[in-house]
Amino acid sequence: MRIEQRTHRPRALFLLAPVLAVLAALAISGGLIALTGASVLDAYGHILAGALGTRLAITETLTRATPLILTGLAAAVAFRARLWNIGGEGQFFIGAIAVAAVGAELTAGLPAALAIPVLLVVGALGGMVLMVTALGLRLRFNVDEVVTTLLLNFVAILFVSMMIEGPFKDPMAFGWPQSVPVADNATLPRLIERSRLHVGLVIAIALAVAIYLLQARTVFGMRSKAAGFNAPAAAFAGVPLGRTLMMVACLSGGLAGLAGAVQVLGVRGYVTTDLSPGFGYSGIVIAMLANLNPIGVVAAAVFAAVMFIGADGMSRAVGIPSYIADVTVALSLLTMLVALFFTQYRIRR
Amino acid sequence: MAEPVLRLSGISKRFGPVIANEAISLELRRGELLALLGENGAGKTTLMSILFGHYTADAGHIEVEGRPLPPGRPRAAIDAGIGMVHQHFSLADNLTVLENVMTGSEPVWRLRSNRGPARRKLMAIAERFGLRVDPGRRVGDLSVGEQQRVEILKALYNDARILILDEPTAVLTGREAETLYATLRMMAQEGLSLIFISHKLREVMAAADRIVVLRGGRSVAERAPADTSRSDLAELMVGRRIARPQRAPATPGAPVVEARGVSARHAGGTDLHAIDFTLHAGETLGIVGVAGNGQTALARLANGLLAPYRGRLTILGRAVRRPDVGALVRAGVGRIPEDRTREGVIGEFALWENAVLERIDLARFSRRGIVNRAAARRFTQEIIDAFDVRGGGPDHRASLLSGGNMQKLILGRNMIEGPRLLIAAQPTRGLDEGAIAAIHTRLLEARAAGAAVLLISEDLDEVIGLADRIHAIAGGRMSPPVAAEAADARRLGLMMAGDWDEERAADAH
Repeated sequence: MRIEQRTHRPRALFLLAPVLAVLAALAISGGLIALTGASVLDAYGHILAGALGTRLAITETLTRATPLILTGLAAAVAFRARLWNIGGEGQFFIGAIAVAAVGAELTAGLPAALAIPVLLVVGALGGMVLMVTALGLRLRFNVDEVVTTLLLNFVAILFVSMMIEGPFKDPMAFGWPQSVPVADNATLPRLIERSRLHVGLVIAIALAVAIYLLQARTVFGMRSKAAGFNAPAAAFAGVPLGRTLMMVACLSGGLAGLAGAVQVLGVRGYVTTDLSPGFGYSGIVIAMLANLNPIGVVAAAVFAAVMFIGADGMSRAVGIPSYIADVTVALSLLTMLVALFFTQYRIRR
Repeated sequence: MAEPVLRLSGISKRFGPVIANEAISLELRRGELLALLGENGAGKTTLMSILFGHYTADAGHIEVEGRPLPPGRPRAAIDAGIGMVHQHFSLADNLTVLENVMTGSEPVWRLRSNRGPARRKLMAIAERFGLRVDPGRRVGDLSVGEQQRVEILKALYNDARILILDEPTAVLTGREAETLYATLRMMAQEGLSLIFISHKLREVMAAADRIVVLRGGRSVAERAPADTSRSDLAELMVGRRIARPQRAPATPGAPVVEARGVSARHAGGTDLHAIDFTLHAGETLGIVGVAGNGQTALARLANGLLAPYRGRLTILGRAVRRPDVGALVRAGVGRIPEDRTREGVIGEFALWENAVLERIDLARFSRRGIVNRAAARRFTQEIIDAFDVRGGGPDHRASLLSGGNMQKLILGRNMIEGPRLLIAAQPTRGLDEGAIAAIHTRLLEARAAGAAVLLISEDLDEVIGLADRIHAIAGGRMSPPVAAEAADARRLGLMMAGDWDEERAADAH
């Protein structure tokens, strides 16, 4: 058996790769479910029902998908330019705490139409600051951004923890470490009555389309891709590498920060250290699963949300820990990497 | 006649619809230096990959010293005494010469290493074949020529009796290549049998005992150097008669590039020290030199990627004070980078994206930051038609193009609008005869149309054939110019060594 590079890469293969990857991941985690003695089909049936079976379930799944789309986009735009932003989680939290800092009092008197956009921008700026710091270290001192963005996650979460134990602590929360809630005028409007689904979903999908167009149709998109694919060639063609990467970093950090802001304004209303069950890290998986395509990110985020929400219901019904969702989503990253390999290579005897 | 040590019989190999090898039979005798000559894509590398077990042939078989070689197993090839030196080295930069030579033949799980005996064996081999190396040096610190020596030593250390070298001189300077061939001769005299792959006629004629010509995956001819000529081989290789184009007298116009005492720093390369030259419209100025003597810095200066820290450089009437690619492109400078795949094209990009990336700021190709894709595709289609770029339309990925077609795309995007200045750095490096002739024709056309052409090349024949005046560059300094008529390989060789005669050169002005 030999592995050869493909001279031709059919388009269908790129569309098929994530589907096959997901199926392979489901098959492998099916093996784990079978090990517990439960029926695999039964368990997956419960996951589907739990995530999509009722109107409430669907809205919950989409609510969960919203921040995942944003963190997925954050990773996808950065990775496309070979800027390895592993810091979505930290940027998410800085975005959230920035909103909490401003949203409780400063914007309280403003009308909603003004307060909400201002707070979303504040959240995005928070994430941006963190990512730009990491890129600045790379451009100035050649420090690998994989290390800095990853480690800044812990710095960011500890910083948030400090703030909600200290200056931002809500005195009405019976001593729980959480921030003062944002004012009511800044809450994101609901999309559907009697659900938690909010306009954040619309914002996230609109941004996915916008970023797709940005990458496919604009000079900036072309230059950022060039910088990622082949930096020496981009430099030869006159692409300003530092400036382009800086803009990509702002976009990426801003999207992750926006995810934090949206989660605070749309769902929680205040910040705790468990605001994110790993949205930033899941965003990396989602971006890879989408093959860095912004529209694909939306689909991949919905898949991850189905697994996460469905697994909760499934664990109640079948008695398998809901961590199986984490296992499946993580496995899908590995199977996607394998699938991507096979879009470029093929096996020959 | 010595007995054959290696016999390939009826080797055929297809990749999908592409025939890479078709019923090729070949014999190698003991102590022989055999050249495998052919254009890019003729099937030379595929054939050798089959021999070494990287690919499995669809048909045919291989015998080494009378015993059949099992297909598809590199280990079996090594055990049978076959060694391969690839065009792209497979050495670990962070290990020493000795460690590199030992890896592969050492068991992985071993507490004590065998350094003492290994070093003695290595030194004995190096001594015997005159391959001087310091076994303790880090491979990353060695020059390309020295790294190649390590590759050869590694094969010999593994007891290779048959050595295959894939385009061994592609990465070497002229002098290094001569040394290499002297070494290969000596190895043949010592009883080793060697095959080297090449598309350079001059080398093949000078070095080989016997020449096998491949074309389109078939073995089309076998010649002894004494019974053939370069033009005969070129014709066999290409399948038709090709001749490099002839140069007409130049009609120089106003100065386009003027350098006066220009010094520039080039991180990781050779700096330039107070160079002077003038390039006029309608002439070709050739810069010759051994690789690594400042050509890269010079090309970067002319391409708008570097600015001088001292002296005055004027391009198209504007003083260069800071690097500005966009300004040069807008002013009508065509730029051909010295490394096609690294700097010239982005493999993952479509042809149209590659065609317009450096001129995307022009109003034709983008407005308010939005790319005008229709205009870009039309521009690309024009290049494809006018420059005969084969391998796909505007929407195909550039990595699917062959080297020659990539170079045509690069030439096309720079020349289709009629540049006022053309910077051509190593424009035909690694290309085959057909592509070289096509590119030379284009460079002469640009000059005839009134462009100033700066030709930076290590290929003396190319520079003598195309340039009107020639400078040599050595150690970051530049010689005075000589007229092409006064230049021959001997004189240029001396100039490239940094030995130039100021008085005699003055007559070129």
